[in-house]
Amino acid sequence: MSQAISNTKKVAQAPKLYASAAKIRGATDEPTWVKYLLIATTIGFLTLFLFVPLVAVFVEAFRKGVGAYLASFSDSSAIAAIKLTLITAGIAVPLNLVFGLAAAWAIAKFEFLGKSFLITLIDLPFAVSPVISGLIYVLLFGMQGWLGPWLESQDIQIIFAVPGIVLATIFVTFPFVAREIIPLMQEQGTEEEQAAITLGASGWQAFWYVTLPNVRWALLYGVILCNARAMGEFGAVSVVSGHVRGQTNTIPLHVEILYNEYNFVAAFAVASLLALLALVTLAAKSIVEARIHSSTPESLEPTPAEVSA
Amino acid sequence: MSIEVKHLSKTFGKFAALRDVSLRVNDGELVALLGPSGSGKTTLLRIIAGLETPDPNPECEILFHDSSVTGDPVGKRGVGFVFQHYALFRHMSVFDNIAFGLKVRPRSQRPAKNEIRDRVNRLLKLIQLEGFGNRYPSQLSGGQRQRVALARAIAVEPQVLLLDEPFGALDAQVRKGLRDWLRRLHDEIHLTSVLVTHDQEEALEVADRVVVMNQSKIEQVGTPEEVFHHPANQFVMEFLGQVNIFHCRVKEGKASLGELTFEYPQYDGMHEKDAAVYMRPHELDIQKTSGGAAGLTAQVARLNPAGAIARVHLTLASGDGIQVDVSQERFRELGLSVGDTVFVYPKNARIFIPDYAI
Repeated sequence: MSQAISNTKKVAQAPKLYASAAKIRGATDEPTWVKYLLIATTIGFLTLFLFVPLVAVFVEAFRKGVGAYLASFSDSSAIAAIKLTLITAGIAVPLNLVFGLAAAWAIAKFEFLGKSFLITLIDLPFAVSPVISGLIYVLLFGMQGWLGPWLESQDIQIIFAVPGIVLATIFVTFPFVAREIIPLMQEQGTEEEQAAITLGASGWQAFWYVTLPNVRWALLYGVILCNARAMGEFGAVSVVSGHVRGQTNTIPLHVEILYNEYNFVAAFAVASLLALLALVTLAAKSIVEARIHSSTPESLEPTPAEVSA
Repeated sequence: MSIEVKHLSKTFGKFAALRDVSLRVNDGELVALLGPSGSGKTTLLRIIAGLETPDPNPECEILFHDSSVTGDPVGKRGVGFVFQHYALFRHMSVFDNIAFGLKVRPRSQRPAKNEIRDRVNRLLKLIQLEGFGNRYPSQLSGGQRQRVALARAIAVEPQVLLLDEPFGALDAQVRKGLRDWLRRLHDEIHLTSVLVTHDQEEALEVADRVVVMNQSKIEQVGTPEEVFHHPANQFVMEFLGQVNIFHCRVKEGKASLGELTFEYPQYDGMHEKDAAVYMRPHELDIQKTSGGAAGLTAQVARLNPAGAIARVHLTLASGDGIQVDVSQERFRELGLSVGDTVFVYPKNARIFIPDYAI
């Protein structure tokens, strides 16, 4: 009986409580005008520096109509640039997927001497300017470089050719996959692999059925970012490419050449491809991000069955 | 299947986790390794499983059913291992978790699909989680996860079951229920089992025998009754249950504590020495009036009657605190209040002389 009374009291009080709560400002709330000012500043900034340039790329690309836009892609050097970009990404991304996975596996699951040095080394491509990355390969494989004369005698060309572009791209995009999965693998620890091994699984089975599925979304996320960078890389590739039209030009290099020739429609048309790639990357990234969040374990809440058991 | 380890040592860097440990677990027995954290109990379990390797030593041996498995890798030893934090495969359903050990077998030893299904369903029934096969570990409570982990471990029909603090991450209520269930399960399937725990109540209640460990060594092995009532040394006495400790001198087989004198004829003829007298709270009696016999005079400092027994905290004339457990009935009979002067009579006391344990 008393329970019922106290319940009705609570109900009667509830609207009052809500009404007063609306007036009291939370500890981290700001006055309304501050809120709107902050939001307006952010939107203004994003519009000016991100959205307008993006739209400008497409506007410029279509300035002389759809016909001129499409014609930009029928040019043989444009086709060659697109092909080369796809080949480069097609080699660099799978290799970095394997290298990144191997490095992350070693770092997260084993203890060894020089581990922290290795972690730092993985970040090197991020820390160093892309131009330097390119120059490293010129110094190594160029005519005046360490290995240049020997390569020359073997009739192998790396600098100012496709292999140099691929190498520079691999170097620049190496950290993406590894950095994405190392923290996740470290957090997950090795208990699941130990469990798999006590159950009779071989090392490969443990990797294939336990480790890999546990990091699959983070891995995909890393691959998406790696691919975006591999296709868009300018600095390092520019140094090693030699800018031979139709042979050693990737999309970003081709855009630069077209622009320097005052061929704006073609430049922006080809640039719009990269912009599109960026948009697709962002969309894929947010989808994968959502999957990463949904696959992390929830809190331990007992289900009704648990209570009855 | 029996388990035996001989002369096992393990060091991690400079830290000795195990020092020359030997132990035998008989066929069908459930043995608990009990000790404070850092005592080496988990290391011992992991070495038995093959998840750690002991320090190389020609005398060191690990025997399953009296044949050596010392060099065998984990997968070949046929152990079921249950981890403290479950270690369930988070991306697999409950069904696939339990079926994992059967599915990864080489094709020639792998049971047929429907046989695997039947076996998993039988196990789901055994762990009282029928109908949970399609759930994922994240959708289960802690207790349910640990039962799935147990089913997964016994699905491969291991020769021995090793459990590393299996209920350590669960709350008290669930833990008690699961502990009783584990004991019933063991009585049903009689799998030789080793359980690591730091919870003495768990060890004393579940195990056939308890191995008390401290500082990388085994202190005592015995039935719960033996280790609790006949502790081999000071550590076991202090570690199991509550105890009042008094420091005194032993001279010619007699230890004196205030007006009390304890006779220890086995120490007769020994030089005067420091000793510690141990009395469990339930082995002491309180009287409001001195019955003439020698006892300890004390003052009531605090009363705690909440529980199956009433706890009385006393302060001795020396300033030392002492705890006495009396039955609720006796507590009402005494009608104590804080500040009262009372007399304490020991019903039983044990004496330990450093380096001269009984």
